[in-house]
Amino acid sequence: MMPRRKRRAGDRQVALVMLGVTLLAALFFLLSGALFGLRFSYTVRVVALGGALLGLLSGVLGCFAVLRRESLLGDALSHAALPGVAIAFLLSGRELAPLLIGAGIASWLGLRFAAALLATTRIKADTALGIVLVAWFAAGIALLATIQSLPDASQTGLDQFIFGQAAAIVESDLRLIVLVGGALLLALALLWKECKLVTFDPEFAAANGVSSGLVQTALSTLIVVAIVLGLQLAGVILMVGMVIAPAIAARQWTRELYQMVLLAAVFGAFAGGVGAVISALDSDIPTGPVIIVVAFLLVMASIGLAPGRGLLWSRLRRRANRRRFAALYTLRALYRYAQAHGGASAPVPEAFLRGIGAGSASLGLRQLQAAGRAVSSSAGWRLTAAGIEQARRDQRNQQLWDAYRLHAHELDAPPLAEDRARPISELLPAAALARLERAADAC
Amino acid sequence: MPNAMPEAGALALEIDDLTVAYNENPVIWDIDLAVPEGLLMGIVGPNGAGKSTLIKAALNLIPRAAGTVSFYGKPYERARRLVGYVPQRGSVDWDFPTSVLDVVTMGLYGKLGWFRRPGSRERALALAALEQVGLAEFAGRHISQLSGGQQQRAFLARALVQDAQIYFMDEPFAAVDAVTERAIVSILRGLNARGKTVLVVHHDLHTVSEYFDWVALLNVEVIAAGPTAEVFTPAALRRTYGGRVSSVQGAR
Repeated sequence: MMPRRKRRAGDRQVALVMLGVTLLAALFFLLSGALFGLRFSYTVRVVALGGALLGLLSGVLGCFAVLRRESLLGDALSHAALPGVAIAFLLSGRELAPLLIGAGIASWLGLRFAAALLATTRIKADTALGIVLVAWFAAGIALLATIQSLPDASQTGLDQFIFGQAAAIVESDLRLIVLVGGALLLALALLWKECKLVTFDPEFAAANGVSSGLVQTALSTLIVVAIVLGLQLAGVILMVGMVIAPAIAARQWTRELYQMVLLAAVFGAFAGGVGAVISALDSDIPTGPVIIVVAFLLVMASIGLAPGRGLLWSRLRRRANRRRFAALYTLRALYRYAQAHGGASAPVPEAFLRGIGAGSASLGLRQLQAAGRAVSSSAGWRLTAAGIEQARRDQRNQQLWDAYRLHAHELDAPPLAEDRARPISELLPAAALARLERAADAC
Repeated sequence: MPNAMPEAGALALEIDDLTVAYNENPVIWDIDLAVPEGLLMGIVGPNGAGKSTLIKAALNLIPRAAGTVSFYGKPYERARRLVGYVPQRGSVDWDFPTSVLDVVTMGLYGKLGWFRRPGSRERALALAALEQVGLAEFAGRHISQLSGGQQQRAFLARALVQDAQIYFMDEPFAAVDAVTERAIVSILRGLNARGKTVLVVHHDLHTVSEYFDWVALLNVEVIAAGPTAEVFTPAALRRTYGGRVSSVQGAR
């Protein structure tokens, strides 16, 4: 059956891309040893693994953020986390878990504030989020500056939360990431169909007995937790890039949600892992920017190359279409003119073809000649036997399509998408085709 | 005009004193509507009359300022399985990464319940519904490849698999061609013939008498509701649309 075959072709493509990215990652790690003299010490392995895991998580949940058009929300959330980080530090020192809890609380308060603005004023959503983003972030910067001026806290490294620093990831952080990340992925797997429905059509979800509000809250919470967890790696300013870039890149390659999520996981892991390792080369390189640059390259490569949606692909397809239709229309013009002037193989002056086909005539003629369907002679262009045969087949196909549009209903022919460039004889079952041919001959 | 009293038999839908307000202004006001089982009913009124709002408020999709709604005598929370919904086609992103068959299968998610995945049984039901709306061939396609009329039929198929008792359809005829409109009407009649109650937000006054047994004329309030032959009158239409529909097309 058609849909089955198409789906498998899509699967193969997605699998190939995933394989390609994995190979690229392997190549990078091999080369980084040789080129930068990077030694894969225990610390670097922890950093690479942490970066990859966080990238994977934000890639997966980023798909839902992007599809729900919540990129700005994610940006506001991550910026709004900063004051929470600072206050948590003042209360309990530099332990990752309390810092992240503080970050989560600050984000949540920011979100509540934006929601309250929306509910009680006429301020629009983007403006409300913008206000929260700058206000919370400004408060965070002020608090950080204050903390760093404290006498015995000058080496806190809290400013790493602004641009991210992979080198700060230690083994206990890794355990936290695996634990929380595993819980997020498990929750998403269990609520998969609900999340999908709520993302596609929240109103229908609500009207269909899926507790839409509950699922939306759950999904938002998953996204928020993934963002907060990644803050140490990518930093509050650029975290949103780590959330949306893998999803955007993945979207180019597929038309199925689960494939998009798988691909975004691989892209995110790649950007996170590679970015973390590069920035680990030198403690002065902040991790967030490196990750975002890598992720952006993935986005550009995907937009450029992906079949179906990619720029390269659509350019090629446009070119192929132009050639195909130039050949078809030139063939028809040759056949019609020759028929009217003494028979199918009568010569046709090139000036006539140029007159009706303008720019496409020579493109079409070149192709017909190459395919052995038309030959040039002193008297003009002549269709060969193969050309005449093809012109007749095309004419018959158009007749059958005309008959289909007129009589499909009374002939009880199955519904077809009307694509006249395709031969209808290949689309209809034999019995229906026979009925259609009789109807076409009758009129 | 008071609501015509329904004949004996179950009330599929009963709305009492329903009021919805955005900011301070009521969008729909003091709606009373009693719809007997098994009707094909049109909801008609000018733009901004609150037709979609009425449906959404009935289905708890937006908060009510006042009033009660019951389906077969039960509040919505206990009647979810009885209710099917076809939102406006423009309410979703048709570039969402999913196939036509998947969208139709979504109509079964509510019944499946938490944590359970759709399987081959659900797939077969969804395919059968696509068959009914003439889209079987499109099952494996991506939803962005559908035309407007096909999108509408995919939404109808999704509602069909819900196998509800009462359906709410928000402008299923909006921007579809004549052939699709006829196809949709025959689907609605098929539902009706199986005893389902179908409420349809509708815009084309010419076809009201042809399509619907009952009609509700709405403009913030219910102007008139009842059997089409009785309530779809020039006088009632003037009261619904004001002077704008002077010749009152379609009304006999």
